[in-house]
Amino acid sequence: MSARAPLDRDHGLELLRQMLLVRRFEEKCVELYSATKIRGFMHLYIGEEAVAAGAMQALESDDAIVATYREHGHALVRGVSAASIMAEMYGKLEGCSRGRGGSMHLFDAATRFYGGNAIVGGGLPLAVGLALADKLRGRRQVTACFFGDGAVAEGEFHECMNLSALWDLPVLFLCENNLYAMGTRIDRYESQTDLALKAASYEMTAWSVDGMDVLAVEEATRRAAAEVRAGSRPCFLELRTYRFRAHSMYDPDIYRSKDEIEAWKQHDPITDLIERLRAGELIADSDVEELERSIAEEIDAAIAFAEAGTLEPVAELERFVYAEGASA
Amino acid sequence: MTVAPAKTITYREAMREAIREAMLADDRVFLMGEDVGAYGGCFGVSKGLLAEFGQDRIRDTPLSESAFVGAGIGAAMGGMRPIVEVMTVNFCLLALDQIMNNAATISHMSGGQFQIPLVIRMTTGAGRQVAAQHSHSLEGWLAHIPGLKLLAPATIDDARGMLGPALADPNLVLIFEHGSLYNLEGELLPEGGAVDIERAAIRRTGSDVTLIAYGGTVATALTAAEQLARIGVEAEVIDLRVLRPLDDETIIASVVRTQRAVVIDEGWRSGSLAAEVSSRIMEQAFYELDAPVARVCSAEVPMPYPRHLEQAALPQPETVVAEVRRMIGLAADE
Amino acid sequence: MSEFLMPSLGADMEAGTLLEWYVKPGAAVKRGDIVALVDTSKAEIEIEIFEDGVIDELLVPEGARVPVGTALAIVRAPEPTAVGANPATVEAPTESRPSEPESTLAAAPAAAAAGAAPPLRAPVTRAAPPPPHRIRGDHRGHASPVARRAASNLGVDLAAVVGTGPDGAIRKADVERAAVASRSPVAAPIEAPPVVPAETAPVQAPRATTAGDRQALMREAIGALMARSKREIPHYYLQLEIDFSKSLDWLHADNLKRSVEDRLLPSALLLSAVARAVAEMPEMNGFWLDGAFRPATGVHLGVAISLRGGGLIAPALHDADRKSLEEIMRGVRDLVQRARAGRLRSSEMSDPTITVTNLGDRGVDLVHGVIYPPQVALVGFGAVRERAWAADGMLGVRSTVVATLAADHRAGDGHAGSRFLTLIERHLQEPEEL
Repeated sequence: MSARAPLDRDHGLELLRQMLLVRRFEEKCVELYSATKIRGFMHLYIGEEAVAAGAMQALESDDAIVATYREHGHALVRGVSAASIMAEMYGKLEGCSRGRGGSMHLFDAATRFYGGNAIVGGGLPLAVGLALADKLRGRRQVTACFFGDGAVAEGEFHECMNLSALWDLPVLFLCENNLYAMGTRIDRYESQTDLALKAASYEMTAWSVDGMDVLAVEEATRRAAAEVRAGSRPCFLELRTYRFRAHSMYDPDIYRSKDEIEAWKQHDPITDLIERLRAGELIADSDVEELERSIAEEIDAAIAFAEAGTLEPVAELERFVYAEGASA
Repeated sequence: MTVAPAKTITYREAMREAIREAMLADDRVFLMGEDVGAYGGCFGVSKGLLAEFGQDRIRDTPLSESAFVGAGIGAAMGGMRPIVEVMTVNFCLLALDQIMNNAATISHMSGGQFQIPLVIRMTTGAGRQVAAQHSHSLEGWLAHIPGLKLLAPATIDDARGMLGPALADPNLVLIFEHGSLYNLEGELLPEGGAVDIERAAIRRTGSDVTLIAYGGTVATALTAAEQLARIGVEAEVIDLRVLRPLDDETIIASVVRTQRAVVIDEGWRSGSLAAEVSSRIMEQAFYELDAPVARVCSAEVPMPYPRHLEQAALPQPETVVAEVRRMIGLAADE
Repeated sequence: MSEFLMPSLGADMEAGTLLEWYVKPGAAVKRGDIVALVDTSKAEIEIEIFEDGVIDELLVPEGARVPVGTALAIVRAPEPTAVGANPATVEAPTESRPSEPESTLAAAPAAAAAGAAPPLRAPVTRAAPPPPHRIRGDHRGHASPVARRAASNLGVDLAAVVGTGPDGAIRKADVERAAVASRSPVAAPIEAPPVVPAETAPVQAPRATTAGDRQALMREAIGALMARSKREIPHYYLQLEIDFSKSLDWLHADNLKRSVEDRLLPSALLLSAVARAVAEMPEMNGFWLDGAFRPATGVHLGVAISLRGGGLIAPALHDADRKSLEEIMRGVRDLVQRARAGRLRSSEMSDPTITVTNLGDRGVDLVHGVIYPPQVALVGFGAVRERAWAADGMLGVRSTVVATLAADHRAGDGHAGSRFLTLIERHLQEPEEL
């Protein structure tokens, strides 16, 4: 554990706000899904907020992000509005993907947010390609690729580790290891469970980080991103984290013990940060209350926006099967 | 201005010229695939290009179809114009998720936010005794997917001319090169250059029956047409050229004239591209038909290795001729 | 008070079985508390409540299987206590309850937030389904292979046939109709042209024109038939004013005993009376074919039905003489519905043995009909009106209806026709026997 820069109030509040926004947003999604406002598959980030909040601190606005189907938190922290995400999950035209993708396929060109990918491991080759383009064009940009521990078993993971190291591509691989690939614990599907070690075998810098500590995540990602950007070569971080809820909305979660879940809940990244900030006398209760209040407003406004949204006319069903207009 | 004399070149050389010209014209274009660089390409298409353009732009990849096809997609989204070469269509199965779930889908799924201007070239087809796992014709299968365009150049002019517009197209374009065509020799038209990637072409006019083919079966159709001509039956041969989206207009106009159609497709009959063409003819020209549309396809077997079995499994001109004879009421021995 | 609903726990969940309640009425609950165990038929999942409160009443017992969205329990506002009494908490249910109608959520505080939401738009409208993929063309003059075969068998010249198939193509039935019209030796059934169903999909101009084309084709076909009827059948006409008051009185009294759906209309009595009369006079029930009358085996009343957009068809009400009044009502209702939806069976089109047309609700006194060849008779009824009526040397007012008969003079004469009408009249004086 290396020394950290001293934490200041503004930065602490910002990190707290982001994690709290994600937490409350996800909690609201549970309600809305139960009320059939959100349909299909939905995968929540509750418990893992520190990873997205911490990692995004290391990224610039022209860096690229590739994420998975558990990407609400990443999109929110990256700057995709709660309103447009909510509208997307309501299937409305005003959603970030015109309502066509839903929870698993959030895309936003303005923030270089490349999904929302539902095939486990399917986003890694895209990240490799985006980094390849940056390299060929001499751009000093980073492609941050978020994926879960389950993706490590897919062939594409190994192909992409190899290819990015072989070609020195500026990909920041961020593996969110929450110990379970859907319902299967990692020691039941990986012969070698030290994921950073696996990545290192492909000749890239790799190490593990406590994913429940947002400050540790931030510090690690800053270092890794700097290395990727400077040396134009990939880096791998394993972020050890845990999801407090089931894999998806209808998962009975029978493959995890309640004790295990409770133990991890003792390391709730949000309560941990609040305690840290209080202990450092950087914030007061009123600050937290104010954050909760404004976040509740933001989420309510997002819901109102989604409720009032319109449905894409069926006559437009075939739009964008092919790109419209001349090529860029 | 002097007109350059017609060149005699091979299909392979024509494709190489097309790649070379595209790379000279636009530095966003690069070629990536297995053995495209040092080896010169499995079928010799990219011979000499590594020396000319260097290893950044002529990239040898590991045997990682999913990763390098996906990388092609990502690079296209990142502003490049990649040509990804999948050695043969048989290996595209390893990259099918990237092709279908990403390349063909992201534009629509993201609400039109991202273009995927990617070209994937693949060699296809059977006939060289390379057995079951190396002999597939999956153009029809891939032509099923919305969000991509699919080309099958069967002539030297098309090998030379289709790549340019394919690269300029902002969508995923698959180009299929039938393995039997690489040595095809002929003259490039002096004014040759870009051709369209929308229309089917009539390779031979006739009034008695329309033979519809693509890629490797265009030659089969032309041979059958010659045989038919000897018994006084004039066949019109259509080279589909574009398998998605299909050029209904050309197909239907021809069938309306001849009132009979045979589709020649190296894919397996069930659920084939021939089935799709046949359906469209039925929908749009039902009242013009003098007989049901016939299909001459590969036998529904994994392609066998020995020559006699392989030839028996593949569409042959003789089979086409026999179908046409049935249609016009000629007994086999007449 | 609010309702706790059966939540949706998965993309394909339609209903859940409440296996076990973890709370009882009176229990205080907080947002996020697990309150019950539900079986979704894929898994057993514990469900949570999204508001603070007190369980007031459990509405669904353990073991019950209910659809998603069903109210499982009533929750009342939390009781004020020393800790937690907080106006914000009490109000929380209003905004957090997903079961509230949309207007409540829309009215929730929409003050400026960090991710500012653009102005709200109009409420959602239901989207129409996409129109089916269709390849259109003009196929007038084109005959299907089956139609060609029929034309060959029946000796029909295709050039003279009007097609009613897709885009004007010639169907087998069109050929058959033409065969009958040209008096072919084979008595082909008369089949009426199909009816265009009401289109619900968004329509572009070309489709509307085609629907109009179909109407025009149908009128043409009907016209051809009627012209032929007038040309070839020597019609004679009779009429009889019938005292309908007994029937009406009986109907009124009988309907009082019936529920609304089962009520009888006067037309049922008319049809029944005709059917019985026809059964008693078989010379009215059959076909003129090959220069002779061929009596039919059953009494299948052709019931004239007008179609929306114009046009008339008269499908068969089979064995009408053996049907009760209720059966006649139901049968006619069913025929009307299917006729207007274009879903009649070909047997219904080819089987009528005599046709009844009732233009009473159009307001005319009586109707001089045109016989549908090859039938030999057509019975018409005008409006039921109150008219001056002389009986027993006194003038009064009775409800009457004018029955008319148009009949083929080749098959019978006025004598028979008169007897027929009188039979109808007699039946209508004994409505209870119908």
